[in-house]
Amino acid sequence: MLYVKNALTRKNLMALTGLFLSFFLIIHLFGNLQLLLPEEEAKLQYNWYSHLLAGNIVVKVIAIVLYICILLHTIDAIYLSLKSKKANGPRYAIDKRGRASKWYSRNMMFLGSIIFLFLIIHFKDFWYHFKFGQLPVDKNGNKDLYTLVIAAFDQLWYVILYVIAIIALGYHLLHGVFSAHRTLGLYHPLYSKIVKFLGMAYAIIMTMGYIAIPIFIYLNR
Amino acid sequence: MMKIHLKIWRQKNSQSKGGFKEYTLDDVHQEMSFLEMLDMLNIKLVKKAERPVEFDHDCREGICGQCGVMINGIAHGPLKNTTTCQLHMRSFNDGDTIYVEPFKASAFPLVRDLKINRSSLDNIISSGGYVSVDTGQAPEANTIPIANEIAEAAFDSAACIGCGACVASCKNSSAALFTSAKITQLELLPQGQKETRKRVVAMVNQMEEEGFGHCTNTEACEVECPEDISVLNIARMNYEYNKSKILRNK
Ligand code: HEM
Ligand code: FES
Repeated sequence: MLYVKNALTRKNLMALTGLFLSFFLIIHLFGNLQLLLPEEEAKLQYNWYSHLLAGNIVVKVIAIVLYICILLHTIDAIYLSLKSKKANGPRYAIDKRGRASKWYSRNMMFLGSIIFLFLIIHFKDFWYHFKFGQLPVDKNGNKDLYTLVIAAFDQLWYVILYVIAIIALGYHLLHGVFSAHRTLGLYHPLYSKIVKFLGMAYAIIMTMGYIAIPIFIYLNR
Repeated sequence: MMKIHLKIWRQKNSQSKGGFKEYTLDDVHQEMSFLEMLDMLNIKLVKKAERPVEFDHDCREGICGQCGVMINGIAHGPLKNTTTCQLHMRSFNDGDTIYVEPFKASAFPLVRDLKINRSSLDNIISSGGYVSVDTGQAPEANTIPIANEIAEAAFDSAACIGCGACVASCKNSSAALFTSAKITQLELLPQGQKETRKRVVAMVNQMEEEGFGHCTNTEACEVECPEDISVLNIARMNYEYNKSKILRNK
């Protein structure tokens, strides 16, 4: 599939990987909402939960699929952006084409790049530390990821970084979820409208949910 | 009478370097169509022994799809669902400056000035946009019953005049709206079923080969389309394409 030049096939891959990532975001959000519990409870439960995920073989397989999805989605994003560049002729001197579409639908690569940079920081600060770093353990003997996360969100600049990245993700999803269904061939007028609405609701809920966590933690300290 | 300043893209051929040239017309009528205004300019240029501005046009009644140009950065100008030939000078004000550029895409090589070569669209149609029928006498109209809604839907897709505004309006220069309309108009009708799987694959492949970009579903094409062709045609094309790839039988 990596060598397929056909844009429709490439976009199918983009849509499927994008939808899988979108599905993952739901689970990831539910897991992280545990951070908002009262401190003592949250600490033990969150560390237990992280430990549980790290040890489970099914979760390990899903995690690998997830990494592959991020990779394929990004590769396709770059491939299609280059293809688009090649297909475009010289620029228009006066270009008012933006009136006909939403800005975020035209800037999926820009939004995606913000998400990608964010993912690098996100992986390095939490995932890498948890997996390969030396973390102290809590009283149940689980690695204390909770304290690491809380300490990170104690810094204002870090919270702001998160909020910006999540807003970019929100707009990416606002267009992405609906677009993926189009790409996969949903042509029914009514269902298409329903999916557009559900995609919007989904994007708003995800954005609110993910933004709430760092802000809540910051304000509660 | 209106005074109109024009900045028109002049370019001798695809190899030479182009640029804007300024012209001012003092006696433009509101009732003139955009192309009549350009005609007026050309008469003046010819009288001065200058090379007239070349632009495509044919029917001048909005049905042939020849006349697309970029007017102030929008395909076919400011009005929605209107071809350049159906745009009138009453849409502009006295003293306006109007930029006129050709449609730009790698698959639309420039011929001269505002004139481009849109053979790439024709090539997509010839790759599969037909039905196999026996020639001979015109058959009885009701031999193949077709529900009215289906006929209407097919006609909505068939309304595409192939002007290329969708490509020009797309940030990726994608011909997805054009190609999908040409596929759907046949896909909906019983006559089109014979080639159904072959057609969509052939036409999509040809679209790729001509160097058009991919579809990001921004829906700009539908907004600027003179015939208001629905983007759901694109979803339909994707569906038919995926179906024929998955259910492939040689
Ligand atoms: C959690 C992370 C992400 C999610 C959930 C996600 C989701 C999606 C979805 C559902 C689509 C719609 C696919 C379609 O139009 O068929 C999409 C499109 C897109 N994504 Fe992502 N994405 C993510 C990360 C990224 C990253 C990291 C990049 C780039 C570096 C990226 C670049 C793009 C681009 C450019 C498109 C539009 C493709 C086009 O032109 O049609 N995305 N994304
Ligand atoms: S000249 Fe035929 S559509 Fe404008």
